[in-house]
Amino acid sequence: MNSLSNIKTIAKRELLACFTSPVAYVFIVIFLLLNGFFTFMVGGFFERGQASLASSFFMWHPWFYLFLVPAVGMRLWAEERRVGTLELLLTMPIAPWEAIVGKFVASWLFLGLALFLTFPVVLTVNHLGSPDNGVIFAAYVGSWLMAGAYLAVSCITSAITRSQVVSFIISVVACLFLILAGFPPVINMLQSLTHNWQWLVDVITSFSVITHFEGFQKGVLDSRDIIFFLSVIGFSLFTTSVILRTHRTS
Amino acid sequence: MIKVENLTKLFGAKRAVDGVSFTVERGEVLGFLGPNGAGKSTTMRMLTGFLPPSSGTVTVGGYDMAEQPISAKKLLGYLPESAPAYTDMTVYGFLNFAAEIRGLRGDAKKSALSRVVDLCFLDSVLHQNVDTLSKGYRHRTCFAQSIIHDPDILVLDEPTDGLDPNQKSEIRQLIRKMGEKKAIIFSTHILEEVDAACTRAIIIDRGAIVANGTPAELRRKSEWAGAVTLRVQGLGAGAVQEKLNQLRGAKKVTASANGNRVTVTVFPRVAGDGDLTREVIAATNGWQIEELRTEEGRLDEVFHNITMPDTRSENRNAKSETRV
Repeated sequence: MNSLSNIKTIAKRELLACFTSPVAYVFIVIFLLLNGFFTFMVGGFFERGQASLASSFFMWHPWFYLFLVPAVGMRLWAEERRVGTLELLLTMPIAPWEAIVGKFVASWLFLGLALFLTFPVVLTVNHLGSPDNGVIFAAYVGSWLMAGAYLAVSCITSAITRSQVVSFIISVVACLFLILAGFPPVINMLQSLTHNWQWLVDVITSFSVITHFEGFQKGVLDSRDIIFFLSVIGFSLFTTSVILRTHRTS
Repeated sequence: MIKVENLTKLFGAKRAVDGVSFTVERGEVLGFLGPNGAGKSTTMRMLTGFLPPSSGTVTVGGYDMAEQPISAKKLLGYLPESAPAYTDMTVYGFLNFAAEIRGLRGDAKKSALSRVVDLCFLDSVLHQNVDTLSKGYRHRTCFAQSIIHDPDILVLDEPTDGLDPNQKSEIRQLIRKMGEKKAIIFSTHILEEVDAACTRAIIIDRGAIVANGTPAELRRKSEWAGAVTLRVQGLGAGAVQEKLNQLRGAKKVTASANGNRVTVTVFPRVAGDGDLTREVIAATNGWQIEELRTEEGRLDEVFHNITMPDTRSENRNAKSETRV
């Protein structure tokens, strides 16, 4: 109960700070513009003539998030360390994991808000035809979970450094790995590198967010996919806490 | 209230803090002195639970910082060295957050906020963004954060750094007043603050405590403690010096001439010797004395001698030369 109220306080502060700076608004505007452009111009939403959002709207999300989520996550810990507020935060009567979860939840809710603001697309497709709104809902859930996984990875890179730029670059690369792990050229390269240790290749390719996101786009809420994203989040937040602790002990 | 035992912190092979032990009770204001890099901030960071010590224990209000950090941290208010504050918030938003994370809600929060805003004179900038504040205001904002829950224990790392003289004296008065009911530790390298606010002072050098006592006790370590300075008219510097050098309690005598006046200082053989003044008065009977005073001892000299042992002897030689 007490932990919950601590997490809430941290998350509230984070959101408040987010909306006092222009970052939040810039992010939302760019995210919505990109979505609109890619859905209607590149994705060919009208030309397809389908009452579906899978291949015109949701398929771009892994790529948008690749750049936009690290931009949200990069300041989480790097800024605290640079300004020195980390010292304040960690001498408050709260457990470090409460701060880590609170900050993560705030940014994740913010990403959820940005995602929610794409609702005109849903209205459009409903106006033009009769799509399966269950599938769209599932894809939204998947998209949000995927954003959470990227964000958690950005938390790690943000905790590593006090420079936001370095944090951004490392987390883009890490997230790119999460996308590319399932790409055929990458799989081929892995197979030659690991001398066809198939189990290792399988392990690596199972980290691809694209394969796990695909199910959601088809309207399938597979527990394995949900567990995948949640475990990426859990593992990354745990790693963040380890990094923050080693900074202080060494 | 604060008990520190054998606190040690290693950064790689370097011993930043080496076996520091002290206690602070309620009603005490402990001044933490030392040159830059002596380990003051590192000690405070361990005290407040930010850095885990390499060895040794910190006990705050009966709670071990390593075992029950949350209970211990609840009793503490902390002002870090650079007075950090969330730059992307207003002063009000920041203090509101500090109050909430300390568990204050509703009316208790409101009254706590208005109390610290009054105490730290933040009314005029309350709705300004923290990153637009001047250094003094930002410092006071962070200070306000540290006292918002009216903690029993305050740890302040250079609380007057970067403030103008008026603000400095305000903060000192505030510390002294709060020190009547709390246990306070503050670090500084401004020696006059020790007199203005401390009940006790610790001097730390290269990670270890080299002196611990009340400001008066520390001052008595000075060779100036109990020294007698007098200004005499109509006598030569050499004559005056020769006469006073014969006193039993005098260790050495320095004299400097200015026109037909001579300013002489007689240093006592035993620091803080009260009899020296009487001896000097008796010996100078009949001289034209314009001024005579007994020195209390100089903290800066004590500080210098304790924290710079390599240059101490050199320094003494320089001082005993007669400037005529």
